[in-house]
Amino acid sequence: MLDDFFIRALIAGVGTAITAGWLGTFVVWRRMAYFGDATAHAAVLGVALALGFQISILVGVTFTASGMAVLLWALHGRGFSVDTLLGVLSHGALAIGLLAVAMVPGPRVSLDAYLFGDILTVSKMDLAVIWCGLAVVAGVLWWRWSALVTSTVSPDLAYAAGVDPRREQLILSLLLAGVVAVSIKVVGALLITALLIIPAAAARNVARTPEMMAVIAALIGGASAIGGLHASLWFDAPAGPPIVVAAIILFALGVVLRPLFIRR
Amino acid sequence: MSLITARKLSVRQGDKTVLQNVDFEIRKGEIVTIVGPNGSGKSTLLRTLIGAVTPESGELNRKTKLRIGYVPQKLFVDGAMPLTVRRFLDVPKRVKNSEAEAALDRTGVAHLADHPLNGLSGGQFQRVLLARAILVKPDILMLDEATQGLDQPGSAAFYQLIEELRDTLGCAVLMVSHELHVVMSASDRVICLNGHVCCEGAPDVVSAAPEYRQLFGTGTKGALALYRHDHNHDHDHVHEHDHTCDHEGAH
Repeated sequence: MLDDFFIRALIAGVGTAITAGWLGTFVVWRRMAYFGDATAHAAVLGVALALGFQISILVGVTFTASGMAVLLWALHGRGFSVDTLLGVLSHGALAIGLLAVAMVPGPRVSLDAYLFGDILTVSKMDLAVIWCGLAVVAGVLWWRWSALVTSTVSPDLAYAAGVDPRREQLILSLLLAGVVAVSIKVVGALLITALLIIPAAAARNVARTPEMMAVIAALIGGASAIGGLHASLWFDAPAGPPIVVAAIILFALGVVLRPLFIRR
Repeated sequence: MSLITARKLSVRQGDKTVLQNVDFEIRKGEIVTIVGPNGSGKSTLLRTLIGAVTPESGELNRKTKLRIGYVPQKLFVDGAMPLTVRRFLDVPKRVKNSEAEAALDRTGVAHLADHPLNGLSGGQFQRVLLARAILVKPDILMLDEATQGLDQPGSAAFYQLIEELRDTLGCAVLMVSHELHVVMSASDRVICLNGHVCCEGAPDVVSAAPEYRQLFGTGTKGALALYRHDHNHDHDHVHEHDHTCDHEGAH
């Protein structure tokens, strides 16, 4: 079964989209969209470093993405304008990454696979790495759920309950870096934020509790991956963009259905 | 038994000293009210006691595993997260439905359980916050300007509810109020704060004139008492600190 490239793509895509959809609820709740962008752009720098030093792409990307996550976490609330800071770091990482890739000696490397994903070439080994990474992210998310939600509702309520919201934010930032690192092969650095935000935003329209929103976001992510991959086969198009388009269609559906679910 | 003890607590925010050499103690079952004008550091003191603000110097000791029921002054509920009143009661820990219902019933908002959290009126929201706070089975309830936005009968009812809760739960109560002249008659102690502790003492001792209490006592079932803010009284029970109080605007 795993010998079929399309089956491998489905397994990788669905797993990534489900986890990203679930984690994405926090990205929406805490307004961390740019944070996701910055982490993903840092991943491009990680690709360049990995190619330059001839180490595994996963190691390079994990290193830079979590480095960016920790840097942003440390600078947060230190009197910097977060919005501006994110703009500087995010595009800085992307530009330096692109430059560094161009400077890697040897034949010219095409970055397309890392910017937009190359899900149809996912190997059995890639599958194992992706699913292990996702399992770790999902496990931590499950374990810290209550503390993460409490910190998101109100940092002060978290402190009063003996939960350190700064620590929870660091955990969340690292989880984000982890998802970016394992999914760069699936949807690429430029589209991963879409998988984080769009399913969660779609779920917001019909959910009444945080848990319900998380489940629906995960389902919408999974459905988008299945729909998008089939569309890419149908239209003979690269796989990343149709997955995002499928998520956007579901988002639009959610907006239309919203009045049925949300009492005003 | 002392629940929280603070000694010579100083807090800076930016380059401004918000609290200076504040000594504080609250014991089991005690009701303490902190009064002071706006910007006097009342909320900062509360947030320091819960651990949200790190003091620059001084000592802060909390009883181990102290359970705090915190009612913040404001809770901005972002519409991005869907949250019903019932789900909010599960923050930070899941509670049984029966317990949640009992808590909402106790604070008089049982009918709001399925309501979205944003969209409640100020008074309803305060009662939901209070219901959540008592569900953590607190050793101490901390209320920051809990009666803000309530009219006078509303605050009187709220104070009465707090007093009942103290009696049934056996918890200590620490309240903050900017209403310099009005504090709860049930307070065991009143602390006047303006960056430092100006003075403290029993409310009926601090407020020298009983006729003021009588004035407020009618119509509010005695839940409100008038505390005349006066630093020149020289009663034995009033503990005067060696700082000067300089908040003219507050009188």
